[in-house]
Amino acid sequence: MATQQIFSPLPGIFYRKPAPDKPDYKSDGDTIAENDTIGLIEVMKSFNEVKAGAAGKILRFLAENEEAVMAGQPIAEIDV
Amino acid sequence: MTIQKLLIANRGEIAVRIIRAARELGIATVQVYSKADKDSLAVRLADESIEIGPPQASKSYLNQATILAAAQATGADAIHPGYGFLAENAEFAAAVEAAGLIFVGPTAQSIRLMGDKVAAREAAAAAGVPTVPGSAGRLESAAAAFALVETTGFPVMIKAAAGGGGRGIRIARSAEEFHHLMPQAQAEALAAFGDGGLYVEKLIEGARHIEVQILGDGRDVIHCFERECSLQRRRQKVWEEAPSPSLTPAVRDRLCSSAVALAKAVDYRGAGTLEYLYDDRSHEFYFLEMNTRIQVEHPVTEMVTGIDLVGEMIRIAGGEPLRISQDQVRVRGHSIEVRINAEDPAKGFLPCPGTISGLSVPEGDGVRFDSMLYQGYTVPPFYDSMLGKLIVHDKDRASAIRRLDRALAELRVEGLATTKPLHQALARDPDVQAARFHTAWLEPWLETHAASLTTAAPSSTTRVAQ
Repeated sequence: MATQQIFSPLPGIFYRKPAPDKPDYKSDGDTIAENDTIGLIEVMKSFNEVKAGAAGKILRFLAENEEAVMAGQPIAEIDV
Repeated sequence: MTIQKLLIANRGEIAVRIIRAARELGIATVQVYSKADKDSLAVRLADESIEIGPPQASKSYLNQATILAAAQATGADAIHPGYGFLAENAEFAAAVEAAGLIFVGPTAQSIRLMGDKVAAREAAAAAGVPTVPGSAGRLESAAAAFALVETTGFPVMIKAAAGGGGRGIRIARSAEEFHHLMPQAQAEALAAFGDGGLYVEKLIEGARHIEVQILGDGRDVIHCFERECSLQRRRQKVWEEAPSPSLTPAVRDRLCSSAVALAKAVDYRGAGTLEYLYDDRSHEFYFLEMNTRIQVEHPVTEMVTGIDLVGEMIRIAGGEPLRISQDQVRVRGHSIEVRINAEDPAKGFLPCPGTISGLSVPEGDGVRFDSMLYQGYTVPPFYDSMLGKLIVHDKDRASAIRRLDRALAELRVEGLATTKPLHQALARDPDVQAARFHTAWLEPWLETHAASLTTAAPSSTTRVAQ
């Protein structure tokens, strides 16, 4: 087992859920597949999905819902 | 009543525009800013600036309490909301006045009336302004809606009464589609806006978007003629012009008079725009909605009439009566505005925040550039992608298009992709040059002209049909 980080591919606002009234895409402890969506980044009013990029288990999210993030900022820690 | 210090509750190019107008009136300016806008041009230009929160608009530019507190802390006596954000929020307009400050715009009551599509449509009908055939008011049942579409015929649009910006609109081309879409639309409107009220209207295909600029002082109203904004992508205007190239003088007269009649009927105060659909085959126009604020494309009207719309709205808010009579408003020449957005037209209009590493702004006669840019500025990812607007003015439309093409060739924004190549291709398109377009024209054109949007053609090969 190794710990990896998932980085934000873009600068913008990070969302953990697809819509305000929907549940989070993923929670701490969830198992993830490489192609799973773990959140959205809003860039200039357009929404872009963030993929896990590797299979494993989410240890914890490092960015909060609706947090402003920079490109390359770690947003979650995963165990692969 | 005269305004001494104006707080600008907005950002970007419109904040810069308002600061300039205020300064020319001898009014001090306070610019609010989110953490992400600390280095903005508006902050640099304003007399004072005050931080109002984190980058997210919901926690800064939309935070009414913080903005009011900023006005009080800086001793501002008026607030200009610009466009977007809180500009058409009746509750905010009322809160500003309740705090003893001047809201640069109409009354909360006007905003509320025109913000409700059904109420606005009823007000229009009462003032004798034609509206699109459809429901006279909100429809609460599918049966009532179906009875109606049997009289209007298909295709029809189903819209949420509380929606906006193209959201919650569905198009039904047959009775079967209508029965399928109506319940969906009702459920979605309830979920999205907390209001399941819908209305249904006939879809006028191939229509142009024409809008009338008005100015009112709460008693009298004048119009400043029309703009045509038919070139749209995803219901966002990309190219706007004044006057409209498609109206006859008689239709123009009727259209502008109808706008004044409606604005007078609601005792409108400030700058406002009445939007219409125009069918150039039947010469019929239909009122769509009224925007109770200054609009992005206001400069084309300023260029052809010589009226400083932002300055006039500030004077009116300060209690002055209208200074211009209707017969003093004349159109001279033709003006075009194109929106320079941080989007890459070659990559499906992908947004491109980034740092401006180089900037050359076009100059010369009849060229105006309203923007938020300076060399070294980093465009934040948190807001709208519009960087600025290139506006040209010349004696007629053909000359204005040639001037636009020349000015675009001079415009150089380095460090990020912009929509400049789109506008260059449009300026050279024979259909655009002949004004053969409507609101659904641009999107298919983008599909067939994708190759021409990759890079700007070199200026040395510029050829615009004479």
